Amino acid sequence: MAENVLELKNLRVKYELEEDTVEAVNGVNIQLKQGETLGLVGETGAGKTTTALSLLRLIDSPPGVMECDKMEICGEDVLGMNESELEHIRGTLVSMIFQDPMTSLNPVFTVGQQIAESLLRHEKVNHEEAWKKAEDMLELVGIPRERAIEYPHQFSGGMKQRVIIAIALACSPKLLIADEPTTALDVTIQAQILHLMRELKEKKNTSVIMITHDLGIVAETCDRVAVMYAGKIIEEGTLDEVFNHTLHPYTEGLFNSLPNIKNRTARLRPIHGLMPDPTDLPEGCAFAPRCNYATEACKKRRPDLVTFTGTHKAACLAYEDKDFHIERGKKNG
Amino acid sequence: MADTILEVKNLKKYFKTARGTLHAVDDVSFTIERGKTLGIVGESGCGKSTTGRAILRLLEPTSGKVVFDGKDITSLSAAEMRKMRSDMQIIFQDPFSSLDPRKTVSQTIAEPIIENKILKDKKAIEARVKELMETVGLAQRLVNTYPHELDGGRRQRIGIARALAMNPKFIVCDEPVSALDVSIQAQILNLLQDLKEQMGLTFIFITHDLSVVNHFADEIAVMYLGQLIEKAPTEELFDHPIHPYTRALLSAIPIPEVGISRPERILLKGEISSPIDPPDECRFAKRCIYTCDQCHQSCPKLMEVRPGHFVSCHLWKDFLSE
Repeated sequence: MAENVLELKNLRVKYELEEDTVEAVNGVNIQLKQGETLGLVGETGAGKTTTALSLLRLIDSPPGVMECDKMEICGEDVLGMNESELEHIRGTLVSMIFQDPMTSLNPVFTVGQQIAESLLRHEKVNHEEAWKKAEDMLELVGIPRERAIEYPHQFSGGMKQRVIIAIALACSPKLLIADEPTTALDVTIQAQILHLMRELKEKKNTSVIMITHDLGIVAETCDRVAVMYAGKIIEEGTLDEVFNHTLHPYTEGLFNSLPNIKNRTARLRPIHGLMPDPTDLPEGCAFAPRCNYATEACKKRRPDLVTFTGTHKAACLAYEDKDFHIERGKKNG
Repeated sequence: MADTILEVKNLKKYFKTARGTLHAVDDVSFTIERGKTLGIVGESGCGKSTTGRAILRLLEPTSGKVVFDGKDITSLSAAEMRKMRSDMQIIFQDPFSSLDPRKTVSQTIAEPIIENKILKDKKAIEARVKELMETVGLAQRLVNTYPHELDGGRRQRIGIARALAMNPKFIVCDEPVSALDVSIQAQILNLLQDLKEQMGLTFIFITHDLSVVNHFADEIAVMYLGQLIEKAPTEELFDHPIHPYTRALLSAIPIPEVGISRPERILLKGEISSPIDPPDECRFAKRCIYTCDQCHQSCPKLMEVRPGHFVSCHLWKDFLSE
């Protein structure tokens, strides 16, 4: 039985601005086993990136206020750490790949130096050893080692993202957070990068949180999936549970919004309306104003994430009526 | 008899750079029938946006012809072109940077109407703006708001209303939904679909997202490094792709389903090569897994290998039966 690499309980993050308070994350729980990949899905503003930054304790304060009941990575209590302890775990325990490869590398250092930097900081190596290991890392991500002396501008977008993956994995972190790692890339390059990440993950048995808005990427890379809406996880389960036995109306709406590759002329069924303003969340379920199934109760009470079957959880009050099911649910039985 | 609204003949757009001539669009030819949608797909840097802009002469083509509604618009004077543009409009990708931050919604939509002297009476302009806002699904209460107060989906609706203000026959949509979330993306795609049907519009739909064109386009043209390498009716292209690049591209689409058998993914090696002074060989040869000597000796020409199905690949016969 693998021990949990990540234990996160009741994470809440607010940004206190002059006039308003943005409630970005409102009680998120995540547990992740070794070698497991969790897809964190949601639209802009759902709180995915804020959740990720919290795990690295990178929320700027002020204006950010982070509260949490428990945050343990590989059994180490991240909440109680001071800045120098945090510096130490960033890169060795937990690492992050950011969305935009164009802006996350330093333009005035060679890529070799940038990979070696984290090795020098975290491992007992001298400059020569660090450089050699940096070259090894480049090779591992499919870049010829001779290119270690080149600068970021000499690399294309896909190559830069490979360099960033090399930096993130240099010190063999236990937990890798990939925040939309392929959104800025073309599909054929995306396929290469996802393939590479999958290979490396298997080689090193890293646990991954894959943040994405693309359900296709989730289907291809993840073991489990958590769907976020307005700062909360509203449905969670294995791929089969969430994709083939969808429970939450929002998740259904996401699927209905996607063009169907097999039935190309089928009309899209978008979710009407917009994501609620995070400075002014509705009193009841945050999705109720856009939900076709919403009842009076949904407007007044906030649903909790409850277990339905197995590991499948959803936060939806409509299920208090025992006969309730969503359309997609009917289709899948 | 086919009713062709747009004919593009040997369109080229080169840019002079310090390192040589950049072949952004290199000898592209195609036609579109009235009321149809042509999807142009390809990866960043393949010249799809430049093609769209050169057709509208927002970028002056280096050579080649664009015939719109029977008129060669490449030979029109600036004043004549200005008139022509009321029939030919564009919707841009980024609704965050393509709107004037200091103009309200109504000012933005009214601008082309006033600028082109379509309507002069203030009341009539107001009424037209109101009508356009209704058409694209913008609430009347937003009439005096500024772009920064609105979300991406609403901003894109303003861009669409503005393009419709001139009653165009033809619209180039340059990645109109790439900056939007899926639920909003679906709203905008449905809107464009409705407009197309109600107003009989012809679209060029430029995108990198193949599942979007699959849904939206009647025909698809695939571009690679400035050239059109394959063009076919949408179903034909998805069911029987011929060019090795098209096949790799289609296999790379992540499918949002679990428990299905996925087609084998063709992983391409390397990345798109430089469009500056490209050598006379197949532009895709460096990444292709099937190359032969011929591929490095000459650039293949686009030819019709099946009715309506064009492809430029020396080895097309090998891929035809699959």
